[in-house]
Amino acid sequence: MTQSGQYNFAYLDEQTKRMIRRALLKGLAIPGYQVPFASREMPMPYGWGTGGVQVTAACLVPEDCLKVIDQGADDTTNAVSIRKFFQRTAGVDVTEQTTASTVIQTRHRIPETPLREGQILVYQVPIPEPLRFIEPRETETRKMHALAEYGLMHVKLYEDIARHGAISTAYAYPVSVEGRYVMDPSPIPKFDNPKMEMAGIQLFGAGREQRIYALPPYTRVVSLDFEDYPFDPMRAEHPCDMCGAEDTYLDEVIIDDAGGRMFVCSDTDHCTARRAAGHRGRLAATEDAA
Amino acid sequence: MSTPLLQVRDLHKFYGDRLGCGDVNFDLYPGEVLGIVGESGSGKSTLLNCLAGHLAPERGQVLFDTRDQGLVDTLTMSEPRRRLLARTDWAFVHQHARDGLRMNVSAGGNVGERLMAVGDRHYGNIRAQAIDWLDRVEITADRVDDRPSAFSGGMQQRLQIARNLVTGPRLVFMDEPTGGLDVSVQARLLDLLRGLVREMGLSAIIVTHDLAVVRLLADRLMVMKSGHVVESGLTDQVLDDPQHAYTQLLVSSVLQV
Ligand SMILES: Nc1ncnc2c1ncn2[C@@H]1O[C@H](COP(=O)(O)OP(=O)(O)O)[C@@H](O)[C@H]1O
Ligand SMILES: [Mg+2]
Ligand SMILES: [Zn+2]
Repeated sequence: MTQSGQYNFAYLDEQTKRMIRRALLKGLAIPGYQVPFASREMPMPYGWGTGGVQVTAACLVPEDCLKVIDQGADDTTNAVSIRKFFQRTAGVDVTEQTTASTVIQTRHRIPETPLREGQILVYQVPIPEPLRFIEPRETETRKMHALAEYGLMHVKLYEDIARHGAISTAYAYPVSVEGRYVMDPSPIPKFDNPKMEMAGIQLFGAGREQRIYALPPYTRVVSLDFEDYPFDPMRAEHPCDMCGAEDTYLDEVIIDDAGGRMFVCSDTDHCTARRAAGHRGRLAATEDAA
Repeated sequence: MSTPLLQVRDLHKFYGDRLGCGDVNFDLYPGEVLGIVGESGSGKSTLLNCLAGHLAPERGQVLFDTRDQGLVDTLTMSEPRRRLLARTDWAFVHQHARDGLRMNVSAGGNVGERLMAVGDRHYGNIRAQAIDWLDRVEITADRVDDRPSAFSGGMQQRLQIARNLVTGPRLVFMDEPTGGLDVSVQARLLDLLRGLVREMGLSAIIVTHDLAVVRLLADRLMVMKSGHVVESGLTDQVLDDPQHAYTQLLVSSVLQV
């Protein structure tokens, strides 16, 4: 409890934050390695990113400026409630701008604007174990990580190609970290995988599964593939209909009853910033007029 | 005489106070098939699992002629090294195919797993080898994407064999490979195994309670009773002229094994 009699700064008590920070430091020291931690009950249900919230709580300092995104947007229920939670419990500034933020908590996306040194990206992770799909025994997957026995990861990709003619895994696409640990990047689209080699610090928190893992800045992150089926980040063959960007991840949006649709950046901050800078997409004019 | 592929010395395995197997000594030479027979509970599986590194014996040595360092005791080598051997130079065919297969992975993925485990990263190559091996165990190419759960018992066992042999292991362990199959299915599997053993010059240790299996496949035999080897020798010799009273009972089928 603080003097105000409300919450401790960022909700968690100092001892819990210390425990989480130790796990984070261990994770940063061994990139891609899943560190067990004693996940705490948070005042929100598990599906809401309690792992990410605990990691964010352990990282925040009063000077921080927090951004929270869900599927690239700052205004979904999930993002809004997590942002409000930290405004209330930590009193930190919040923002929707990637460039203005110091800590970003995310579900399902990496911002389009490259992170700079000193920024922290916190991922909410539902299932941290990339081998689980094919080897359910925890004792065995732990041994596989310890001995870097990762052939099974390729069995999963083999099955993809055998069934669909291509690697159909589009989210949570497995990566090899510094040629050592294989890691689940959380359910971000594989389009975002190349961005994981970045200047910012990336921290991953899985609440229900009680695991933390991390990537220090400039860590080598390679998406797994086959020589004859190389990794393909895949992007819809459209520019953004709002800002005209040709290098961003797009959401498909239905715009009328007649089956009309538009493609728009899933990163709303990025799209807004581009339009503010004068970029225009195919439908931007009508939208602005409306 | 060449170096033995495997030298077993003074091997003992206990389950608490109970002896699993004891005083086991033998050499296996490259290209040799050794049969281990004996009634149920005589210690055959215990011995095989000790040899394959699945069980840790209390005493003894299991020396394997490794490619890089010659004879090394597999019981004292590091676990990573032993696991590497298990997915490269060794193969293990389980009695129950479901213990040796990934039931939620296609037949092709099951066969390809060992190739990927040793670093093959070319899908087309992995698939071609998988199909080739399915063919060698008489499973048609159009089943390559089916899961083993859609296969009959005999097909599952043949798939398990293909999955094990695809990387050309130097030593194959088999525990009752024909157990639990119908008689006609057994005969076909035995035929297939015999062909593969000859064609590949496989070194193998086959545990079975079925003398017909060793008659067909094994060069030499060890007869086990209550955890001990009571008789060993060339297969025909042991079966046609058994010396130990227990072997005589076994051969005359008086013992229900
Ligand atoms: N896990 C175990 N725990 C205790 N005793 C065991 C275990 N496995 C086997 N045994 C005992 O060890 C002896 C040898 O068993 P096993 O090697 O399975 O024989 P076989 O394969 O010849 O039927 C038997 O007396 C059996 O009951
Ligand atoms: Mg047995
Ligand atoms: Zn846009």
